[in-house]
Amino acid sequence: MNNSPLMQCSDVGKSFPKPDGTELLVLQGMNLELFEGQIIGLLGRSGSGKSTLLRLIAGLSEPSAGNLKFLGKPIAGPASGISMVFQSFALFPWLTVFENVALGLEAQRLPSVEIRKRSLAAIDLIGLDGFESAYPRELSGGMRQRVGFARALVVHPNILLMDEPFSALDVLTAETLRTDFLDLWSEGRMPIKGVILVTHNIEEAVLMCDRVLVFGSNPGRILSEIKVTLPQPRNRLDPSFRDLVERIYVEMTAKPAVVAGAGRHERFPGLGIGSVLPQVSSNLLAGLMEAVAAAPFNGNADLPKIASDLQMEIDDLFPVAETLQMLRFAEVEGGDIKLSEEGVAFAQAVVDDRKRIFARHLLTYVPLAAHVRRVLDERASHLARKSRFIDELEDFMSEEDAEQTLRAVIRWGRYAEAYAYDDANAMFSLENPT
Amino acid sequence: MKQLAPFGFLRDLASGWDVAAFVLVIGLIAFLGGAAHGVLAPLSQLSVHPLSLDPAYLPQYAARTTFRMLAALLLSLVFTLTYATWAAKSERAGKLLVPILDVLQSVPILGFISITSVFFLSLAPGRVLGAEFVAIFAIFTSQAWNMAFSFYQSLRTVPVELSEAAASFRLSAWMRFWRLEVPFGMPALVWNMMLSMSGGWFFVVASESISVGHSAVALPGIGSYIALAIAQRDLRAIGWAILTMLVVILIYDQLLFRPLVAWADRFKIGQEPGIRAPESWALTMMRRSRLIQAGKFAFHAAVVRTSRVSRNRPKISLSVGTHRQDLFWVLLVAVGVVLGLWHLLLGLFSTTPLHEFLQVCALALLTMLRVFLLIALASVVWVPIGVWVGMRPRAAQYVQPVAQFMAAFPANLLFPIAVYGIVKWSLNPDIYLSPLMILGTQWYILFNVIAGAAAIPEEMRSVAANFGVRGWLWWRKIALPAVLPFYVTGAITASGGSWNAAQVAELATWGNTEVRARGLGSYIADAAAASNFHRIVLGVGVMSLFVVIINRIFWRPLYYYAERKYRLT
Repeated sequence: MNNSPLMQCSDVGKSFPKPDGTELLVLQGMNLELFEGQIIGLLGRSGSGKSTLLRLIAGLSEPSAGNLKFLGKPIAGPASGISMVFQSFALFPWLTVFENVALGLEAQRLPSVEIRKRSLAAIDLIGLDGFESAYPRELSGGMRQRVGFARALVVHPNILLMDEPFSALDVLTAETLRTDFLDLWSEGRMPIKGVILVTHNIEEAVLMCDRVLVFGSNPGRILSEIKVTLPQPRNRLDPSFRDLVERIYVEMTAKPAVVAGAGRHERFPGLGIGSVLPQVSSNLLAGLMEAVAAAPFNGNADLPKIASDLQMEIDDLFPVAETLQMLRFAEVEGGDIKLSEEGVAFAQAVVDDRKRIFARHLLTYVPLAAHVRRVLDERASHLARKSRFIDELEDFMSEEDAEQTLRAVIRWGRYAEAYAYDDANAMFSLENPT
Repeated sequence: MKQLAPFGFLRDLASGWDVAAFVLVIGLIAFLGGAAHGVLAPLSQLSVHPLSLDPAYLPQYAARTTFRMLAALLLSLVFTLTYATWAAKSERAGKLLVPILDVLQSVPILGFISITSVFFLSLAPGRVLGAEFVAIFAIFTSQAWNMAFSFYQSLRTVPVELSEAAASFRLSAWMRFWRLEVPFGMPALVWNMMLSMSGGWFFVVASESISVGHSAVALPGIGSYIALAIAQRDLRAIGWAILTMLVVILIYDQLLFRPLVAWADRFKIGQEPGIRAPESWALTMMRRSRLIQAGKFAFHAAVVRTSRVSRNRPKISLSVGTHRQDLFWVLLVAVGVVLGLWHLLLGLFSTTPLHEFLQVCALALLTMLRVFLLIALASVVWVPIGVWVGMRPRAAQYVQPVAQFMAAFPANLLFPIAVYGIVKWSLNPDIYLSPLMILGTQWYILFNVIAGAAAIPEEMRSVAANFGVRGWLWWRKIALPAVLPFYVTGAITASGGSWNAAQVAELATWGNTEVRARGLGSYIADAAAASNFHRIVLGVGVMSLFVVIINRIFWRPLYYYAERKYRLT
């Protein structure tokens, strides 16, 4: 084993042009080295740029800054030694299992005898024997992803890139596939030398990886690196495994460095009208508050614990927890979520009181909601077009984000009965629909 | 893996499918060969062997017509794969090519025939071939545009992850085209080919009897046979032609389209479970036959062999040119537009008095009124029936293929009967010729509504039953909203078809009797008959303008509205 890295990112950044001509920065200052025999996990929430980084390594897009090297050579376009497993499998529905696997070899124009031999070997290795002539639609999700793996391995890559390969599968199937993969990896039966795994499942990262890189958002960057030295096979119930999971939760809920030490009211320093709001329904907000308020948590819950109790992954849980924090119903810190007094009051109230409490917090802590209400109050007609607010929001964010943000405010405002919205006419009003 | 033995069929004669396939393939070749014979004969040949109304000649005529249809279909396919690909891959070209396609789609087919016939006849002077070109091109124009549109749409909507998978396995552009893009676009393309074919049959009469100046050429074919039967008032011959047409369309359906639809089903992405896959005995035969398998294998090998591993970076995004190239392109287009405008102004508008232009617009309004009234009428009739049928899977199983078949049947074969009736009872042609416009296109409304009603989820019906939602309330709240997106799709097709049909339907003849309805269709038909280029261009231009405007301000917004609000997902 030599000591030069298989793959190397130096100071990589990526940005996309926005409609108004400015650049939207999604990745910044990425430094990363993959050595032989390693599985690296890229862990973060959606929008943290981890999939973007994976696509840069795969040569599917170009970095805007810095450079990427594979075996010491710059990556320019898809390299023959790097292959990828996709979240949605990305199988060609009109090709059989065998044809799907053989495609990558056909692209290399190998002799058909060799294509056949290697394809069958890969199919065999990954446990697809007997399914060669089946079409993807005849297979279960787990079997489809096995085809995805066979297709990636058949080209004998040095590096295997995996983009949330198990997240579209049910819990049991995902676990089987992970175990099978780790067995093949530790027995050295796969041609690959290094793996990069993108995931938003913390336990998956700890279970599979040697190094976990925790990503932060806006722009996507590496917050910290955690080495996992537990021997394989790892046990989820092992206290040191749990400790690592807990540690990563703490990292991921750490306050941004900028506001460290500031008072709780400065938690969202930039929260003006221009902040992008998440899509979180009032039911989810109420549900999480109730769960945290109830026994055994009694108002203060450990995030990994409550996540596994509620069977939520961080992509589901974090936006809800953060919205509660934004509305001052809870505080999230050090891997814990703690309800505020008002949060506890909300959890114990009946429907009408809940709506009153929610309306007060919405209009106090979400400037956009307050703005909508103020505009409606000021106008004699108490009517305002949606486009009026969209235009305002687009000064700060993309068209898509503006639409999403306004939808969030509509949804919460409706629940709080702070104002009404008529979708057919795209019109806000103060009246309840007749 | 099944072993592929290219010539296994010789050794293993036990497979009856092989024999059947062999006979069919060779038979088809012989049939087409016979039909192609005579194409190179001099034009005078046509007057030596004039058309005969003897039904014994009909199979031969049918073969000639079929040959033309196939040739046009093939040309359309080539056009689709090149033009649409160019439009989709080059952002710069796409900006112009897509709107051009949109306009071409709205140009009435008779316009193409009259304007291009002189050119094509001059390509092979004095030979039948030239006239064949005219006929084939006319059919091509009824097929190519919407096929290209469908393929363009498909190319623009190839799923991102499949594109990425293709790129990460370093498929070359050529291989990517054949292994990803063409298969992905196939279901929509096949469906459009079927629709286009129906359009082609409709103009088979017009395309085979070509008049250039004072001379008229009648190519041997079903279309000319019908034209002659009409001229000679031979009702018996019309009957034979209808029968032949039924048989030809049935054969097309069974041997070409049904297998294609069943085959293309494989290329559908994200198929909903529970919907029965289309079946075809002919496809089963081809799949079991090793002869066909060998052909498939050879094609596959050819694609692989002709493609190279891309050494350079496979492109994922559209090609984007430099600013200088963009500028050049814009200048080029601008020069073209100025030249075209100058030509139009000088050649057309300077010789067209304003009152003639206004008169043509008034005629267009008349035709528009007819089309809208007829669509409304057909909707009142077919929507309830379609919903009723669609809710009953067993009934739908029988009615759906019949409706699709009726859509393919050229309704103008029934025109003589209408003319006969109008003359006999001296009815008002302005009213009684109108239904002919929608005779062939109303079926699109029916079979789309059937498909929509069949797609209403079982749970939704149960809810309605549970709450006792019945009668008018049920129609208003459940059935009509649920089928609306499907209905709009059908109505758009029917409307487009009716505009085109107007050229044939507003002027019907039976022997020397001529029945005409006032409208833009009869205006164009008159101009085409008189080879009055000036009027043809004016009529065609106004019709295209109307169709494009109606699509933009009425159908397209309605379509998006229905899709957004009423599409059940």
